[in-house]
Amino acid sequence: MTVRVLLFASYADAVGRGEMTIDVADGAVVGDVLARIRELAGSQDLPPAPLLAVNAEYATVGQPVRPGDEVAIIPPVAGG
Amino acid sequence: MSARLTTEAIDVAALLREVADDAHGATALFVGTVRNTHDGRAVDGIDYSAYERMALGEMNGIVAEAQERFGGVQVSLVHRLGTLAVGDASVAIACAHARRAQALDACRYVIEELKRRVPIWKREHYSDGTSEWVDPTRSAVEVRP
Repeated sequence: MTVRVLLFASYADAVGRGEMTIDVADGAVVGDVLARIRELAGSQDLPPAPLLAVNAEYATVGQPVRPGDEVAIIPPVAGG
Repeated sequence: MSARLTTEAIDVAALLREVADDAHGATALFVGTVRNTHDGRAVDGIDYSAYERMALGEMNGIVAEAQERFGGVQVSLVHRLGTLAVGDASVAIACAHARRAQALDACRYVIEELKRRVPIWKREHYSDGTSEWVDPTRSAVEVRP
């Protein structure tokens, strides 16, 4: 199945893009998506446990993903 | 009650009008503005960006939580995105309630939760020509002399 991955701010700068579509196995969890992103050049700048979201809500690495889900890898937030 | 993102200058007077109510005798206003220094470095401006869909979801959730916690408080919350200069307002929160304690506490709750969990980022531009993404989890340690 395919999922859409979003990266923002310093993380998008690190891997050189902010959006991509990747293939993961059926039954994959958020952590599997993150593992695929860690294969990209520049991803060594991501911390060991970044904030994650699925479909615009905070998620954990163990949360299952479904086809077409939007998985976001979120740098430390700095609003205000 | 509303939460929104804007690329326009924040109109604080309009925000106050939004929460105005004859039954509310107390209105608290918080305005966050771009500061001219950060960790001792001279700042010229800040670019704000967001995961907009999620930011709006979190902002609306925070406003709803404030209403729940501080019964009947009226809240308007706006955060600006884009390029801001020193002195520009980046965020404004107006909270109105019959009583001042709830109005002030609600305002504090909204800004603290916004800073904790709303996916907005800022890239600071320094007077020496460099720029950096701000990481509050890191500068919180480095900022102490």
